[in-house]
Amino acid sequence: MEVHAQLLTESKMFCACPTRFGDAPNTNVCPVCLGLPGTLPVPNKKAVEHVIRTALALNCRIAPIALFYRKNYFYPDLPKGYQISQYGEVHPIGTHGYLEIELNGERKKIRIRRVHLEEDTGKLFHYLPGESEVDYNRAGVPLMEIVTDFPPDIHSPEEAREYLVQLRAILTYLKVCDGKMEEGSLRCEPNISVAPEGSNQLGVKTELKNLNSFRSVVRGIEFEVQRQIQILESGGQVVQETRGWSEEGAYSFPMRTKEFEQDYRYFPEPDIVPIQITEEWLESLRKTIPELPLAKAERYRREYGLSDYDARVLTADYDTATYFERCVALGVEPKTACNWITVELQARLNETGRAISESPLTPSHLADLVELIQSGTISGRIAKELFDEVFQTGRMPSEIVKERGLVQISDEDALRAAARQVLEENPDAVQKYHAGKTSVIGFLVGQMMKATQGRANPQRAQQLLREELEKFR
Amino acid sequence: MALTLEQMRHLAKLARLELDDAQLEALMAPINALMAHFEKLQALPLDDVEPTSHSIPVYNAFREDIVGTPLPREEALANAPEARDGLFIVPRIVEE
Repeated sequence: MEVHAQLLTESKMFCACPTRFGDAPNTNVCPVCLGLPGTLPVPNKKAVEHVIRTALALNCRIAPIALFYRKNYFYPDLPKGYQISQYGEVHPIGTHGYLEIELNGERKKIRIRRVHLEEDTGKLFHYLPGESEVDYNRAGVPLMEIVTDFPPDIHSPEEAREYLVQLRAILTYLKVCDGKMEEGSLRCEPNISVAPEGSNQLGVKTELKNLNSFRSVVRGIEFEVQRQIQILESGGQVVQETRGWSEEGAYSFPMRTKEFEQDYRYFPEPDIVPIQITEEWLESLRKTIPELPLAKAERYRREYGLSDYDARVLTADYDTATYFERCVALGVEPKTACNWITVELQARLNETGRAISESPLTPSHLADLVELIQSGTISGRIAKELFDEVFQTGRMPSEIVKERGLVQISDEDALRAAARQVLEENPDAVQKYHAGKTSVIGFLVGQMMKATQGRANPQRAQQLLREELEKFR
Repeated sequence: MALTLEQMRHLAKLARLELDDAQLEALMAPINALMAHFEKLQALPLDDVEPTSHSIPVYNAFREDIVGTPLPREEALANAPEARDGLFIVPRIVEE
């Protein structure tokens, strides 16, 4: 599996142009990234540190001396005629690493062959016949490449997905990449091959591109595996090629190939002096690595008694985990916090397209809301309505409750009166109840909640209804 | 290890040079004279020597991650043989 991750930096890899996404074409370019004669590339220190930190988090050996190489090819996506990259196994920043995944309760190590740093290419368009159009805004944006080892440790679409989920989580925890697969800041290219059952003799591989979501990864690989098996079983041969994935059509197709030969004539980039990674530098970077997703999930299970599923959902994203931990620090019981976050909050965030870090309903709001429920001040139903309002307005739940008089009715006489009235208005239900169909109690509680605008405590309401029903016999 | 005509063709293709076989054959003598020099270098006992990528003892020439001012677009496109709507226009590079 090859993964390319755009690094979160303000400026490009070898020049000071902005890395911003979505600007007008060719407005974030300069003589360096346009490859004009006489310019010299100067590496961005932050990008180098992002890669070292990732390599550390992926348990890699870090090269004491790392080198950039020129990868030469004729293709207009980079104007220099070469890409500044690192070369295979020779002095990339990280090698011999691994990432642990967890699938069906079992842990597995996926070995990482290398983690290296390079520059992204420009974007090509093919609007009109006979020509191609080029935007170099993306040319020179820092790009990290992460490649798994061979022979492969990933043996199924699910393992591939899990590897990517964990990798994406690690990258976002480290804040080195925003992890947006849809926007292309995290791109994955699985190399897929099949072997006869019981054998590990892998056949010819194909590379799959255009996988823009975890769902596409699973579907794309499943399709490609079946396609290869069908070819082989009907006596054919798999062609080694790059194929694209069509998510709409759910099929893969041969990509139009780049016209150049795969002969890159790598040589050390003479314009960039070697990177020396000292123990002191490594030590200072090691300190910036936070608790990683898998370790965090394990702690959530151990310390908070959360289920496997809950722990995974909460830790898949750094900001979600941070939100959850703030709630717990504010005294919210962990399982309660988890439920509110993964159900109600997540739904509102999805609807509004907001990131959890931008949620108007903060951990303090949630803690306040949960406190109102637990003290018996408001019912669960009112709480859900409040949740919506707080999400929209960012106001404190307790303030709204006070202002609107939403406080739960605890006056026993008032509640009992309401119960009696509900029974008087629903003689059919009362009759059914007495005829043994006691499940109508649910309907009666509903009526009572309606009559009190949700301000009754449902358990208490049911109890009072039962008592009053006995009197009606 | 003199280069063959086949290898010369490959090199020319990689360099995007349009040369016919007669031209390539004419170039073979000077290029192979050059190759002879490399053979001399390769004969040296250098197994214990780290390949030298850079000859100066300088490391870590970095820049901080600070944004500067890009070129105005008109200037960026000024040298382009062809440009339109802010885009560089190049010959079609995929099959139609």
